[in-house]
Amino acid sequence: MPKVSLTVNGKPASAEVENRTLLVELLREHLRLTGTHVGCDTSQCGACVVHVNGASVKSCTMLAVQCEGAEVVTIEGLAAPDGTLHPMQEAFREYHALQCGFCTPGMVMSAIDLVQRNPQGLSDREIREGLEGNLCRCTGYHNIVRAIAAAQQVMHGKVKELPRAAE
Amino acid sequence: MYDFAYHRPSSVADAVKLLASDPDAKVMSGGMTLIPTLKQRLARPSAIIDLSGIRDLVGISVSAGAVTIKAMTTHAAVAASAEVKKAIPALAAMAEHIGDAQVRNRGTIGGSIANHDPAADYPGAVLALGATVHTNTRKIAADDFFTGMFSTALAPDELVTAVEFPIPEKAAYVKFPNPASRYAMVGVFVAKGPAGVRVAVTGAGANGVFRHTAMEEALAKNWSPDALHDVGTAEEGLNGDIHASKEYRAHLVGVMAKRAVAKAG
Ligand SMILES: Cc1cc2nc3c(=O)[nH]c(=O)nc-3n(C[C@H](O)[C@H](O)[C@H](O)COP(=O)(O)OP(=O)(O)OC[C@H]3O[C@@H](n4cnc5c(N)ncnc54)[C@H](O)[C@@H]3O)c2cc1C
Ligand code: FES
Ligand code: FES
Repeated sequence: MPKVSLTVNGKPASAEVENRTLLVELLREHLRLTGTHVGCDTSQCGACVVHVNGASVKSCTMLAVQCEGAEVVTIEGLAAPDGTLHPMQEAFREYHALQCGFCTPGMVMSAIDLVQRNPQGLSDREIREGLEGNLCRCTGYHNIVRAIAAAQQVMHGKVKELPRAAE
Repeated sequence: MYDFAYHRPSSVADAVKLLASDPDAKVMSGGMTLIPTLKQRLARPSAIIDLSGIRDLVGISVSAGAVTIKAMTTHAAVAASAEVKKAIPALAAMAEHIGDAQVRNRGTIGGSIANHDPAADYPGAVLALGATVHTNTRKIAADDFFTGMFSTALAPDELVTAVEFPIPEKAAYVKFPNPASRYAMVGVFVAKGPAGVRVAVTGAGANGVFRHTAMEEALAKNWSPDALHDVGTAEEGLNGDIHASKEYRAHLVGVMAKRAVAKAG
C-alpha cells in the first residue's frame, strides 16, 4: 500500500493508504481528526474544506496520495496550544454563527481563506458570494456573515478585540 | 470508488507514454469532475495519471496579440491574473464565476475544455474568442475542437497543453447560473475581434457549446443589444431538463446575449 507523508497542523504525519483514499478519509479515519466533516457525495457542500498549501480545498475531492509533502491545516489546527481560539472561531462563537454545527468546520476554513485573500476587506455581499461552496441547512447564513465581517477586522489588524455582538 | 494505479509523471512526454500504454488509464488535472465521477462509480479507470507534477503545464503568458494559458492553470489563477484582467477582462471575470472558491482553487482550464460538460463556462470563451487549443501533437481551432456533449477532437492519448486566446476588441460573458451548482443554465459569450463577431452559447445545447450565427450576422451589422431584438433561437437541439425547458432556455439565450453585448460596451 502506498505511504503518504505530509504535515498536518504543523506536525509531520504519515499513513498507509490506498490510491483511492480521499484526503478527508486520511484525516478522519487514519489520523482521527474528525473535525473535518463529510456532508455530500457531490463536492457541493463544503463541510470538508481544509487548507492544502495555503489554499482552501474540498478534502472529499482530492486523493490522499496527492498530498505527499503537502502542508495541511484542519479545524483542529486553528486554536493556539493554550486553547485560545482563532479570531474566526471566536467570532463564530460570539455571533452565534452556528446551530447544529455540522457545516461549521468547513465554513470556518473557507472563511479564513476568503478573508486572507481579500486584505482590502469584504462587504456582506462579497462574503455571501465567497461562501458559495459552503452550504448550511440551519442558520440561514445571516450570523455567519456577521461573524466573518467582524473577524476580518481582527485578522487585518483594524481592531485589537473582536467587536461584541449586540445583546 | 474502485481502486486504481496512481502515477504522477513530471513531463508531458512521460504522461503521454503512460496514457498510450494503457487504454483504460485516465489523466487527472484538478479532479473536480473526475473524482466525483469516480466516487459515483461512473468510471472505472485502471490508472490515474495525475498531471499536477508537470511544472511545464502551469502559467499564463501575454503577447501583443494573444493570451496563452497553460492547461494546468487553475480557474483561481486566471481570475486573479492582472495580465488576463488587462488583456481580456471578460475571461478573468468568467473564471471568477466558475463554481465556488474551492472548485476554482483546483479546477483547471485543460480539464474543463477536455471534459466539455454542456453546462461548463470555458467552452463558451474558447469558441467565442476563436481560441486555438494546443495539444502535445498539434494545434486545434476552437471551431473543430468541441464535437458534441462530453466529446472533443482529442485522440485518446492526446493531452491539452495550453489554450491561446486572440485578444479581442470587445468581449463579455453573461450566464444564468443554476442556483445549486453555479454551472451555466445558459451562458452567452460575445466577442468582436480579429476573427470578426462571434457569439458562443453554452449550457443550452444538447450537443454542448455552439455558435449562434444569426446573432453574429446581426451584431456584425450593428453592435448593440437592440440588434438582437428580432433574432430568435430555435428550440430544436436545445437541452430540456428538470432545471429548465427548451423553450425557457431558448428565451434565456436571447436575454443573456443582449446583456452580454451591453456589458461589452
Ligand atoms: C461543485 C462544482 C461546481 C462547478 N461549477 C462549475 C461552473 O459553474 N462552471 C464550470 O464551467 N465548471 C464548473 N465545475 C467544473 C470545474 O470547473 C472543473 O474544474 C472542470 O470541469 C474540470 O476541470 P478539472 O481540472 O477539475 O479536470 P478533471 O476532473 O481532472 O478532468 C476532467 C476530464 O478531463 C480529462 N482531462 C483533464 N485534463 C486534461 C488534459 N490536460 N488533456 C486532456 N484531457 C484532460 C480527464 O481525464 C477527465 O476526463 C464545477 C465543479 C464542481 C465540483
Ligand atoms: S463533503 Fe460535501 S463538498 Fe466535500
Ligand atoms: S449549523 Fe447546521 S448546517 Fe450549518
